[in-house]
Amino acid sequence: MSARPRIGGSGRQRTLVAGAITILVAMPFIWMVSLAVKPKTEVFGYPPRLLPAQPTLDNFSYVWNSTNIPVAMTNSLIVAALTVAGNCVAATAAGYALARIDFRGSRLLFTAVLGSAMVPAVVQLIPLFLIVKGFPLAGGNDLFGQGGSGLLDSYAGLVLPMLVQPLNIYLARQYFLDMSPELADAGRLDGAGELRIFWQIYLPLARPIVATIAILSFTGAWEDFLWPLVAVSSPQMQTLPLALSSFAGSGVIQYGPLMAGTIIAIVPVIVIFIVGQRHFVQGLGSGGVKG
Amino acid sequence: MVTETRPAGASAGPDPAGPVRRARRRSLYATQRRAGWILVLPAVITLALVTIVPIGYGFYLSLTSYNPVERGGPRFHGFDGYLAVLTSGQFWQAIWVTVQYAFGTLVLAVPAALALALLVNGRFPGVALFRAVLYLPRVVPLVAVSMIWLWLYSHDGLFNYLLDLVGLPPVNYLTDENTALPSLIVMRAWKALGGSMIIFLAGLQGIPNSLLEAASVDGCGRWRTLRHVILPLLVPITTYVVVVDLIYLAQSFSEIYILTSGGPLSSTTVVNMLIYNEAFEHYRLGNASAMAFLLFCLIFGLAYLSIRTMTKGGGR
Repeated sequence: MSARPRIGGSGRQRTLVAGAITILVAMPFIWMVSLAVKPKTEVFGYPPRLLPAQPTLDNFSYVWNSTNIPVAMTNSLIVAALTVAGNCVAATAAGYALARIDFRGSRLLFTAVLGSAMVPAVVQLIPLFLIVKGFPLAGGNDLFGQGGSGLLDSYAGLVLPMLVQPLNIYLARQYFLDMSPELADAGRLDGAGELRIFWQIYLPLARPIVATIAILSFTGAWEDFLWPLVAVSSPQMQTLPLALSSFAGSGVIQYGPLMAGTIIAIVPVIVIFIVGQRHFVQGLGSGGVKG
Repeated sequence: MVTETRPAGASAGPDPAGPVRRARRRSLYATQRRAGWILVLPAVITLALVTIVPIGYGFYLSLTSYNPVERGGPRFHGFDGYLAVLTSGQFWQAIWVTVQYAFGTLVLAVPAALALALLVNGRFPGVALFRAVLYLPRVVPLVAVSMIWLWLYSHDGLFNYLLDLVGLPPVNYLTDENTALPSLIVMRAWKALGGSMIIFLAGLQGIPNSLLEAASVDGCGRWRTLRHVILPLLVPITTYVVVVDLIYLAQSFSEIYILTSGGPLSSTTVVNMLIYNEAFEHYRLGNASAMAFLLFCLIFGLAYLSIRTMTKGGGR
């Protein structure tokens, strides 16, 4: 018996076991890639073979040239970028104010933020739909929100529910709470205004949490499905999940192009995670998730 | 610049009689308060518009019979809508499906995630790569995952091929009333695996080495160390994983909409699916809102119950 208090075998043996299990878990992804690079005849051939006899990128060019995926990709990028911007600016600023500035009503505001984070999204879905549809003076609506479709089928309507997320305010607040209040006092002694103290002293030091918020809001916006399903009706405004879903739902499913489209939808999130991983772990580590 | 703070101090009410220091402190407080509100305002306005007002509006709607197709706007009828929902078999069926779906997924995913975390906790060749790949399903959008599993479960897909290899007849995974829900659960458990694994891994790495050494000095073997030292220490983090996943799983929608649309014969109609159909297929917005609030209560109750039972079961 080994004296080491470790679970499982050691060294090479563990690599073998863990490697085998990892490949098993990764199987769906491996088949996804396999299907995406197969010509049509092989996709529908039986039995399914993991390695394509004649690998091809035809599925990708088909998806790119003759489906709604490129339009949806652009829409998804715009929606995600706006969501990231809104959360990085407004949620971070609010989190800072709730943590570092003592003003009347800040406790109550924080409680309201926490409370609204606990309510499931579906509770807000129907009223939000009516509010967005009845938005005054938008999409053919009059001053009282009658007559048109409001912000439905628009970027503003798609982004609005995700623009400022309570969880991000909470994360930012916890992060700023851990930072020293003396920095602000030093700034005040030097005559800096409160907004400048936030902008020039605290914000640059809070880069990890801003990166974390950016990643969380990007992936959240990227994979959101229920709200776009409700808020969008025209193909021109579809986001990627909607486009994939309607592609899968139309007649006989063409798995080759479908998997190519799925890969296109997956790659950006993976890139974001690889690029942002270091910041992300830092941000969560020194922020709220400690306790 | 000093001049920046002065006008605000003046507007906060000059205090000529008091000492200069008090006046300065008050002016500082006034500028702080103003800055606080300026920083908070964009978030507050947006949140009010997209969460606070909708929650109130939604509660009002749940007390009405509102169908936008019929003219005349919402008609107030108190708790009749809740009563109608609570006495309908459809709603309870959806609750039962949701509970099965959430707990089925947890029962599969949580022990497996713990096992994976134990497996990749340590240093051995390739461990960083294994962790990253195992985490991958967590990162990938649920809709994309659904697309992949659509093929795996299709008639000529991987799972039927595997059955064929051992001489079993093919199964219509997603269109058979008996297999649709279990199939969704397996997919969702696969998706949940990596995220829970990473949290368990963080928990394992938080266990001080001295404890593990003490256990081995006392003659604990690997399994006894696991059973009596590691697992009890992981109870709080397991509670966290279960509660967070439960809240999330009880709101499942997209994968079900894509793979089964709630069928066959509403065997996979979770509450969110039912609410969507009720609101956007049948335009019964009042009833749908009542259901949404009842789902909220269900989630709250489930989370509360699991926190209670798990903190008790841990014996701490």
